[in-house]
Amino acid sequence: MITTLPPLLTGCVALLCAWVLVGLAGLLRPGSVRFAGRTLFTLGAVLGLGLAVLAGASLLSGGTERLILPLGLPNLPVHLRLDPLSSLFLFLLGASSFGISVFAGGYFRQGEGTLPGLLCLQYHLFLASMGGVLLANDAYGFLVAWEVMTLSSYFLVTTQHRIPEIRRAGFLYLLMAHVGALCLLLCFGVLQGGSWLFTFHAMRAAHLSPGWAAVAFLLALIGFGAKAGLVPLHVWLPDAHPAAPSPVSALMSGVMLKTAVYGMLRVGLDLLGRPLWWWGLAPLILGLLTIFYGVVFAAVQTDMKRLLAYSSIENMGLVFAGIGLTIVFAGSGMPAVAALALLATLYHCLNHSFMKSLLFLGTGSVLHATGERNLGRLGGLIHRMPWVAWLTLIGTLAIAGLPPLNGFVSEWLLLQSFLFAGQLPHAFVNLLIPMGMALVVLGAALAGYVMVKFYGIIFLGQPRETSLAHAHDCGRLERIGLLWLALGCLALGLFPLQVVHALGAVTGQLVGAAVPQASAHWWLLAPVPGRSVSYGPLVFLTATAAVVLLTVFVVRLIYRQRVRRGPAWDCGFGAATARMQDTAEGFGQPIRHLFQPFFEIERELPEPADRTPRYRIAIRERIWRLAYEPLARAVGRLANAAARIQQGRISVYLLYSFVTLLVLLAVALIS
Amino acid sequence: MTHIPLAQQLLDTCAALLLLLSFAMLSQRRVVTLVNLYAAQGAVLAAATLLLAWRTGEDHLYVSAALTIALKVLFLPWLLHRLIRRLEVYWDTEPLLNVSGNMLVGLVIVVFAFSLAQPITLLASTATRGAIGIAVSVVLLAFLMMITRRKAMSQVVGFLSMENGVFFGAMSASYGMPMVVELGVALDVLVAVLVMGVFFFQIRERFDSLDLHHLETLKEHE
Repeated sequence: MITTLPPLLTGCVALLCAWVLVGLAGLLRPGSVRFAGRTLFTLGAVLGLGLAVLAGASLLSGGTERLILPLGLPNLPVHLRLDPLSSLFLFLLGASSFGISVFAGGYFRQGEGTLPGLLCLQYHLFLASMGGVLLANDAYGFLVAWEVMTLSSYFLVTTQHRIPEIRRAGFLYLLMAHVGALCLLLCFGVLQGGSWLFTFHAMRAAHLSPGWAAVAFLLALIGFGAKAGLVPLHVWLPDAHPAAPSPVSALMSGVMLKTAVYGMLRVGLDLLGRPLWWWGLAPLILGLLTIFYGVVFAAVQTDMKRLLAYSSIENMGLVFAGIGLTIVFAGSGMPAVAALALLATLYHCLNHSFMKSLLFLGTGSVLHATGERNLGRLGGLIHRMPWVAWLTLIGTLAIAGLPPLNGFVSEWLLLQSFLFAGQLPHAFVNLLIPMGMALVVLGAALAGYVMVKFYGIIFLGQPRETSLAHAHDCGRLERIGLLWLALGCLALGLFPLQVVHALGAVTGQLVGAAVPQASAHWWLLAPVPGRSVSYGPLVFLTATAAVVLLTVFVVRLIYRQRVRRGPAWDCGFGAATARMQDTAEGFGQPIRHLFQPFFEIERELPEPADRTPRYRIAIRERIWRLAYEPLARAVGRLANAAARIQQGRISVYLLYSFVTLLVLLAVALIS
Repeated sequence: MTHIPLAQQLLDTCAALLLLLSFAMLSQRRVVTLVNLYAAQGAVLAAATLLLAWRTGEDHLYVSAALTIALKVLFLPWLLHRLIRRLEVYWDTEPLLNVSGNMLVGLVIVVFAFSLAQPITLLASTATRGAIGIAVSVVLLAFLMMITRRKAMSQVVGFLSMENGVFFGAMSASYGMPMVVELGVALDVLVAVLVMGVFFFQIRERFDSLDLHHLETLKEHE
């Protein structure tokens, strides 16, 4: 039967296939940076832009398209579906990947582990599989795409596979991803509810008992939480994200983590139907814990990419807290507030995707220009790398949650939705949740602290090493990539009303309500009914710009001709060098001191008379000693016990089979 | 007394012979004789298949009988004899369980197999349904033989004999497996024997013996 193909979905599928083809084309000349690196990555970027346009069109239309592809095993076709939720995340994938791919086109050089052609294949497979996860409408297709995503990203993480730490980081990532995938497999097994049909359509129709539904929800939380880096399943993230080349880190942090959010929303709010309100407490509490944990660890890092990785953990905590809040509200019969919380969640996903990609790419440029990842050896790069510095500044301000950039909008919306928790019809909970809000605010404040550290130490001050004088600004393709993402941050920050309007279809699909538009003005966001709170970023920007311009004008007018440049006051010390600036360790010290119980600190202090003093401090997560190492020992003991059945004698092995066979036959005989 | 047709009686005789040969193999320590017994088992199996083909008129059974003769009566015994000559393994050492002990365990297994086959026998509608118990016995006895022998060569013969039992079981229960499956199984057996032949040479080269207890050193756990 041939019917007319759904235009947008078909287009998306074609673009995903084109990504795979672009990847395969990389194998034609695997050693050529010019071909595989420059040309193919740029081509892939254009495809990403196309995907963003199609997905955006689908999101605005708010419609749903379905397609069944007769691929794969017999009687097991691939079901695809493009609804507002998947459109939103596809848009995120396409738009972020455009910037990242363009940047990657200028980034990859010869002699960095994996050949460029192979890298091109892995990269584009990674992109296409993420698209597959978002479009899949049955559990088989979903899990296959999910695993391809994991494997391709594993190979991307281990690009520089000659370094043992990177291999170890890759292995840890693979291990955690498998634990997560196993939970997802079980989750879908529960969700089919005895029908043995694994399409999402059948899962929506299956009526699960509340107990089984809660089991499915918990499994999904573990499975997707492991991918998203939710504490305590986050341990792979601070190792794997910095190990990868920067465009891949950007893609993993910016986009791959969001597929976990997508999965959680799909299972929690779509496949499970109407969730019970208390389920939401699990992601809410874990999310709040993750926010705090991530930001505290980010504050004490000295490696710039590790710092960003911990910041990603913090942001995923915000997102999962938002999901939890959505479920609590939705399950308590408050759809309008649930829509507000969901809106904040989705908005934050979009924001984080742009700003974290931007920051990771910025660190990539710094890494290329200086060869350093250690914050303690950077500094003053704003003079050497103005493009990177100014564009990264936008991302830094955005992630610190400053208006009029995008990070502010989503955090503001999330806090607004927290304020409604007092109206919940459940005792205690309505008092406890507002306390979580305090944690969110603390997290936001500390995130600002972290970003001051990140930006200040890399780009401001004096260069800490003489080699930094040779640092060069990034190339043209890299500039375009950074610029695109920075513009994304600006646009998402300046036009929140339009974004909220576009997201209405998704909230309508998941919680059955859209956020009302109380304001008649196109520039004023007033999402909360019955309360006179509103936010107009353009007004803010105009006012700020006016004040700044006015100040500059007045200063010029008054101090005209009377400005002179002189050396900065050095407190009378005279011999200040660049090494005396505040270091990353020094900047993190207050946090380290305040939150000491969180860290396992290993310190190496020099003797007072030491001629060549060395100061070293290593910070590890307590969670390794408290949870993971005992777990590993237990598994080892179990494995040793199991190894006892390995006797090395074929007769004994045959006897095992024989006895098993006899027992099974006897059981068959009796029953 | 009910009259039993001649073909049926002959089939039952064949089945009994198969079981008898299985016991003979279980007690036999000379490897050459073991291979000969295996060939004899193959011949009896082929005869049973032919009888059944003639009795039921199922054409594909003729093909499978021809296959049995070619593979199990002629080719595999020839191959094994050649291996024995080249590897010079004429005798197996004392089995892990002595012969009389082996026989007693074997008897228990046959009783178990027949009681196991009873419900299937009642359900099956084929002429040879009484033989299902024998087929299961042959499989289990061959398994027992593999467990109790020390030399790799005897274990291979045990493995092949087990396949005979499976084949006979399929024939008794439903007049043979589909042709495709039968061909596939025949090919599998052939390949398995060839692979094992290669293994023999490797094992002997490594340990100067085909005695399998040398492989015990390969285990990881102390």
